[in-house]
Amino acid sequence: MTLLGNLALWVAFLLGAWGALTGFLGGARGRADLIASSRHAAYALCATLLVAVVCLEVALFRHDFNVEYVAAYTSRNLPTFYTWSALYAGQKGSLLFWATVLSLFGALAQAFTAPRHRVYLPYVGAITSLVVMFFLSVMVFSSITHANPFERLAYTPVDGRGLNPQLQNPGMVFHPPMLYLGYISITIPFAFAMSALLSKRLDADWLVAIRKWTLLSWLFLSIGICLGMWWAYVELGWGGYWAWDPVENASFLPWLTMTAFLHSVMIQEKRGMLKKWNLGLIIGSWLLSIFGTFITRSGVIASVHSFTQSNVGYFFGGFLLLAGITSFSIYARRLPLLEADSQLESMVSREASFLFNNLLLVGIAFTVLFGTLLPILTELFSGTKITVKAPWFNTVNIPLGLLLLLFTGIGPLIAWRRSSLPNLKRQFAAPAAAGMLTILALLASGMRDLYPILAIGLAAFVCTTIAQEFWRGVSARHRQYGEAWLLAFGRLFARNRRRYGGYVVHLGILILFIAFAGYAFKTETEATLRPGESASIKSPYGWTYTFTHLGISQYNALNRQVTAATVEVSRNGKRVGLLTTEKRQHVDAEGNPTFQPSTEVGIKSDAREDLYVVLAGVVNGTEQAVYRFTINPLVWWVWYGGMIVALGGLIVMWPGGGSITVRRAQAGYAVKLVAEAKGTE
Amino acid sequence: MMDRREFLAAGVGSVLFARQSQDTAGPSGKLFDPTWAGPSVLPVTARDNDAAIQAIEKRIKCTCGCGLDVYTCRTTDFTCPVSPKLHAQVLALAAAGNSGEQIVAAFVREHGVEILMAPPKSGFNLIGWGTPWLVVLAASVALVFALYHWVKRVTPVQAPADAGGLGASHAELERLQEALRRTEA
Repeated sequence: MTLLGNLALWVAFLLGAWGALTGFLGGARGRADLIASSRHAAYALCATLLVAVVCLEVALFRHDFNVEYVAAYTSRNLPTFYTWSALYAGQKGSLLFWATVLSLFGALAQAFTAPRHRVYLPYVGAITSLVVMFFLSVMVFSSITHANPFERLAYTPVDGRGLNPQLQNPGMVFHPPMLYLGYISITIPFAFAMSALLSKRLDADWLVAIRKWTLLSWLFLSIGICLGMWWAYVELGWGGYWAWDPVENASFLPWLTMTAFLHSVMIQEKRGMLKKWNLGLIIGSWLLSIFGTFITRSGVIASVHSFTQSNVGYFFGGFLLLAGITSFSIYARRLPLLEADSQLESMVSREASFLFNNLLLVGIAFTVLFGTLLPILTELFSGTKITVKAPWFNTVNIPLGLLLLLFTGIGPLIAWRRSSLPNLKRQFAAPAAAGMLTILALLASGMRDLYPILAIGLAAFVCTTIAQEFWRGVSARHRQYGEAWLLAFGRLFARNRRRYGGYVVHLGILILFIAFAGYAFKTETEATLRPGESASIKSPYGWTYTFTHLGISQYNALNRQVTAATVEVSRNGKRVGLLTTEKRQHVDAEGNPTFQPSTEVGIKSDAREDLYVVLAGVVNGTEQAVYRFTINPLVWWVWYGGMIVALGGLIVMWPGGGSITVRRAQAGYAVKLVAEAKGTE
Repeated sequence: MMDRREFLAAGVGSVLFARQSQDTAGPSGKLFDPTWAGPSVLPVTARDNDAAIQAIEKRIKCTCGCGLDVYTCRTTDFTCPVSPKLHAQVLALAAAGNSGEQIVAAFVREHGVEILMAPPKSGFNLIGWGTPWLVVLAASVALVFALYHWVKRVTPVQAPADAGGLGASHAELERLQEALRRTEA
């Protein structure tokens, strides 16, 4: 199978080269035969890479430990679930996964792009083929990169090393592919943007062509980031979900710029403005996705999430540089063609508020990028190494995040084009009152922490904004069409999924902010307990939790030796339940230890707070256990906030929402109205 | 009342404890195989839970390569051989009467500023702290000026009276409704 896999990689490389060549030539000369050949090459490329993936999966499931990748990431006793995910657990497999998914997206773009947008496809095919080729080149030139997943060893080990215990978690099965899908799918909007630049077709049509792709990419990134937070929380055992690690930051960067794009693109669609900015955001987002890959694989910045250091990073660094220079050179040459169709009419308009929202999103992206690179920059310019971790990122980003939350509420309250003072008063009255009342209530309740107070107060402001928007929309339908309230609510969504799905996303975001604010009230303590002994900790809500150590049990599971410690939990003297936390020593099929013992956290979660218990270890091999007990308020809402964000994204993306005529009318009606109104004046 | 999950957990627990009781003696008996639980740990002392000590340790990076602060590392990665030593060093310095700042300064003298979780707010590092703010501030000022310039270029048009708080005039709304009726028909 490895022979077939290697052959598939080489054939795919050649197909990629052919697809790129015919795509560029076909696009430039308008030759139908070359364009058709490029399209066929995209399909063949995808099929060939799928063959390579099947070959690697077969090697993984057959336990062919003569294949270096199989021996490095699986073992005979690894559960099937994780054997499957070993495909992307290591550097080499993930490169194959990336190339395959990109080729699949490229093929889907060729197959499903609407006829009126097909003019962009030759260059789209060429650019996706080029990017796939780059990933394939990293794999096939293995004498330099050592990144071929089908490389064989000189001998065959009896068993493999197995998968890192921390990766043996359901979160890790879904989190990496989701993030990869997010990173990878940005290539398609980027390819359309470059196609628009190369073909000089720079009207709003290319934006319509990429709308679903940008949403898809943003959705995958959002889900991937949330799953990563969940995995970190339940698996790593430090009691948090975001540590501003460089690899975490790398996933956050394109999410921020894509979010900025999803807002600013509305201005281009409605008013024909911000053409340069939107193109810049798409190119920037794609470069940031490649930058994320570079960070993860180069080892240039230390991260616990990085793959093993290798010279693959040089390839990615070079590719990033070359792609950046080429993209922005083409962009610069087309700048004269990117003039706005209309002008901003007022500083108090939704366009202006979206611009500030964009400024904040891109500002946060810059801050995260700057902080991630700061250790390198400081060493370069001052010769001194520094560390930039959570204290720096929190200090700089929390105020910016709160400002962003404020603009999340302000944006929907201001009308397009211009807002009059009476209109502003009417729109802002209820949300501002809700925000202020919430802040006063928090102060009256004794809360004195500035950021959490602001976060919750602003969340109340945004929440009221959303409720007001829904109320006005539903009551307008009820009044004008005589629809029942529930029907009006349903039709409001159905007729304008983009707008009201967007509000659902905002709702998810404000829930996330409230949950993040809860993190400020985290409390924890360590205790050494003999069976029957108890430790107490006070929750931020004033309750006293008592943890009674019941004892420790040891048993063998499929691929691990488990030491499980159980505590009984009571709140204010009333029994709440049992919590079990474990130490796991993973072993190979012979029973030999494979990794350092890992910790499994015991978590009891509800809407108010999480009880988070970690078995630190045992004293002198006895049942006397050392525990860390943590109370994390509002963590539950991080996961549910994330789900609501994803749900909102799905609503926005969901196909339909009226006929094409209606959707086109919705997109262009504001401009039409203005033109007609001006004509009649 | 126990729920189903607790009932099952209690059942499994009782089976496990019954089996383990064959290998243990007394309330804090020996485990069947202590190596399964990783290296032996020391009992927690009151000083380990001291909020002031924890606050100091949260400013100091563990040098094992994990990227975590000393407190988080020693209470998370229980196989790390470095963070317990750094913790012991913090306790020793505190016991010698050093303040938090003096303890942190002692670590910086020994390891350089890289030992800190965030760069100090002094000297060259001020650039690192200030740049994001300056950039965002400069961009905000630039945006306000640009907006002012753009708006000034446009001939002022009388804003139509807004209707229904939807950001559209009555005339616009009527025209929109008429268009929707036509489309739906």
